[in-house]
Amino acid sequence: MDQQYAIEMLNITKRFPGIIANDNITLQLKKGEIHALLGENGAGKSTLMSVLFGLYQPEEGVIKKDGVEVHIKDPNDANRLGIGMVHQHFKLVECFTVLDNIILGVEPNKAGFLQKGEARAKVMALSEKYGLHVDPDALIEDITVGMQQRTEILKMLYRDNEILIFDEPTAVLTPQEIDELMVIMKNLAAEGKSILFISHKLAEIMAVADRCTVLRRGKYIGTVETKSTTAEALSAMMVGRNVNFHVEKKPSKPGDVILDVKNMTVASKGHKKNAVNDVSFKVRRGEIVCIAGIDGNGQTELVYGLTGLEPLSGGTIELCGKDITKAPIRRRSTGGMSHIPEDRHKHGLVLDYTLEDNMVLQRYFEPEFTKMGFLRRKNIRAYAERLIEQYDVRSGQGPVTMARAMSGGNQQKAIIAREIDKNPDLLVAVQPTRGLDVGAIEYIHKQLVAQRDAGKAVLLVSLELDEVMDVPDRILVMYEGEIVGQLDPKKTTQEELGLYMAGAKRDEVIS
Amino acid sequence: MKKLLKNDAFQTLIASLLCIVVGLFLGFIVLLFINPSGAASSIVEVIKNFMHFSSGKLRLKNLGNTLVKTAPLLMCSLSVLFAYKVGLFNIGAAGQYVVGSAVSLYCALALHLNWLLCILLAFVAGAIYAAIVGVLKALCNVNEVISGIMLNWIALYGANTILSNVKEPTSPYTLHITGESPSSLIPSLGLDKLFNNNSYVTIAIPLAIIIAIVILVLLNKTKLGYELKATGNNKNAAKYAGMAEKRNIILTLMISGALAALGGAFLYLSDYEQWSCSQSSVPGMGFNGIAAAFLGGLNPIGSILSSYFIQHITNGGAYVDLTKYSSQISDLISSIIIYLCGFVFFLKYAISSRLEKSEEKRARKAIADHEKGGEE
Repeated sequence: MDQQYAIEMLNITKRFPGIIANDNITLQLKKGEIHALLGENGAGKSTLMSVLFGLYQPEEGVIKKDGVEVHIKDPNDANRLGIGMVHQHFKLVECFTVLDNIILGVEPNKAGFLQKGEARAKVMALSEKYGLHVDPDALIEDITVGMQQRTEILKMLYRDNEILIFDEPTAVLTPQEIDELMVIMKNLAAEGKSILFISHKLAEIMAVADRCTVLRRGKYIGTVETKSTTAEALSAMMVGRNVNFHVEKKPSKPGDVILDVKNMTVASKGHKKNAVNDVSFKVRRGEIVCIAGIDGNGQTELVYGLTGLEPLSGGTIELCGKDITKAPIRRRSTGGMSHIPEDRHKHGLVLDYTLEDNMVLQRYFEPEFTKMGFLRRKNIRAYAERLIEQYDVRSGQGPVTMARAMSGGNQQKAIIAREIDKNPDLLVAVQPTRGLDVGAIEYIHKQLVAQRDAGKAVLLVSLELDEVMDVPDRILVMYEGEIVGQLDPKKTTQEELGLYMAGAKRDEVIS
Repeated sequence: MKKLLKNDAFQTLIASLLCIVVGLFLGFIVLLFINPSGAASSIVEVIKNFMHFSSGKLRLKNLGNTLVKTAPLLMCSLSVLFAYKVGLFNIGAAGQYVVGSAVSLYCALALHLNWLLCILLAFVAGAIYAAIVGVLKALCNVNEVISGIMLNWIALYGANTILSNVKEPTSPYTLHITGESPSSLIPSLGLDKLFNNNSYVTIAIPLAIIIAIVILVLLNKTKLGYELKATGNNKNAAKYAGMAEKRNIILTLMISGALAALGGAFLYLSDYEQWSCSQSSVPGMGFNGIAAAFLGGLNPIGSILSSYFIQHITNGGAYVDLTKYSSQISDLISSIIIYLCGFVFFLKYAISSRLEKSEEKRARKAIADHEKGGEE
């Protein structure tokens, strides 16, 4: 009977000082199946995978490959057993070509001279067989995220890996690329590869996985057939309670115009074409406006222009009736704009600062926190403690925890606490739920709606279709740097939204 | 003990001491290769430095000499450290030190200005000179290491040219301040008495220590320190938070340059050394400041100790038996030790990762024991 399993992890227990990361967890991966591993941030998924890769040694439990017990002491052992992984953040050399990246570390050579012809033939054959379209001679830095991911998959296949692990592979993809990836995964499984799919996106698990193992707070909750369960049941298993997918909100009561953008144009760094071209829109008090669109259609630049990170090459911006087109970032911030940035590590946090120092990042200069040029440490501590309490930001050592040591969800919560507590007139939230688990997403959506109900104007930028349909009161679709449609989320469908996003449909938008 | 071992400052201290021991050992090996007979006694001389003398008075006088040169080294080390905390590698400290030396000497010997004025002008000149690096970095994205190195040479030959106006007619050395303009000498305020009337010992030494404390406070307690460190750690986040990150880069280099220039003024306004207008290499003081900053664990207080140590062995090198070794040996030995000082952070990392591993092992064992106990 054991023979049907490609990999079995039986009763794995792994402890760290003060915490049991994996408590008696069993995961059995059948040959040729797609097996999802579901759990919130901190549920123990990463630890379990690190055990499988030999990065950690479990205190208890055994690992079996094809029914035979194996000891995996380091990642090289895992490679020899045919286990490969596509990491969430790709491990690619940016300035190498696709082909060079695929053969990296296992370069075919004769007496030290590379034999790329051989490698190219093998890569092209694999690419053909599984429908993994790549340009072997393109540089990684020039290709789309989707093609980078296909390169990572080819890397595993080139090494003849039988067990393929995908760590949250859809977090970085556009809806179209996600669909493509699903097809690829199914192809791979049909060819006899066994796939472990780590995710917390229920819809994807339901769509692609055969079975699903659920972890919660380091404990094994159960393994279910996706055919005989529902997304709701899975999410209840994952968070231990029923989660409300639908965002509860009353109809909006838009008030005065807070943000008035007229003919905004932002030049592009890489191309001659403008990244944002002649965009005009308004956001009023008491409404959530969502900028939707496929990644890379000018949303990032739009936000940069709005918040002052990039200069405009044309147009004007008014915040609460004041012209801020040329205002420095600090004046926009003190003038009533809060910004939850797209990239929390790049912009949102100083990772080597403590949580409390990050909490005052936008206000440290205020008299409450600075007197005569000296920081008022006591007040900073008190302020941070209040935010931590009020917004339930969890961390190892409270206010003195290094931001780097916090989980992604709590880092995001800290930023949201900081930005909302500034009591802004306009809240700009860019992909505020990216990479977060269901519980945290629900929390953040509630906060956005609460801000709206408190009479703030909220501008949400999102790539997640569910979020776009659920949270805002008005949707503006961006395509190639222009706003091509204004939709009412109550009246539109995902299909219609998709047509606008893909540029197949456009209206003249007058706002 | 375990808690102590985990303490960050303690780890740095241990790593620094290890570097010193390894450095001394390597120096010893090199001496062994050159001439085995004098190796042991020579390395002992290096460590002994002023203890080489048997009379207490001479010891005090020579300790004073070591301290006189520690002050400028400490200033250079603070200069490097300050910039490094803001994410900038100010290798130009060597040139800024030269600018400070030249301006202070010129003000003293040619203009006969009061010592305080000389120091202040050196301070301003260092800041302006470093601002060139800062402006190039902030506005044109020129790497501060490249522009710093170029400016080091410009500073050196600039200094040689200017100071040729105030040199002794028959030698390449600048005039003695004591003879030309006594009011330009940094006062001793009685400190010289403590070191057996060593007139070179001035208030520059306590001043340097006070400045180290000021830098410590500036970095950790003030709004400016908060902004500068944020810029150094993540300049995108600093920009996002509305900090003027370009201004911060320029300001940081100006402060850093002013510190290094003060070092030059502290040394030359004590009249301990004369500037040689024919020298063709940038003085090592600024570069040694890099080693002192790292050996001190990038902490201003650590810098005080590490600067003293480096100066201690540099001076000690002078007592190596020159009948057995060539005269460059002292520089060779001290440079080997200084070179090893660069390994502080590597060693610190090794210590803490070793500690983590053993802890994990122990925890695992404790749990296993506990469970065994439970079963019985």
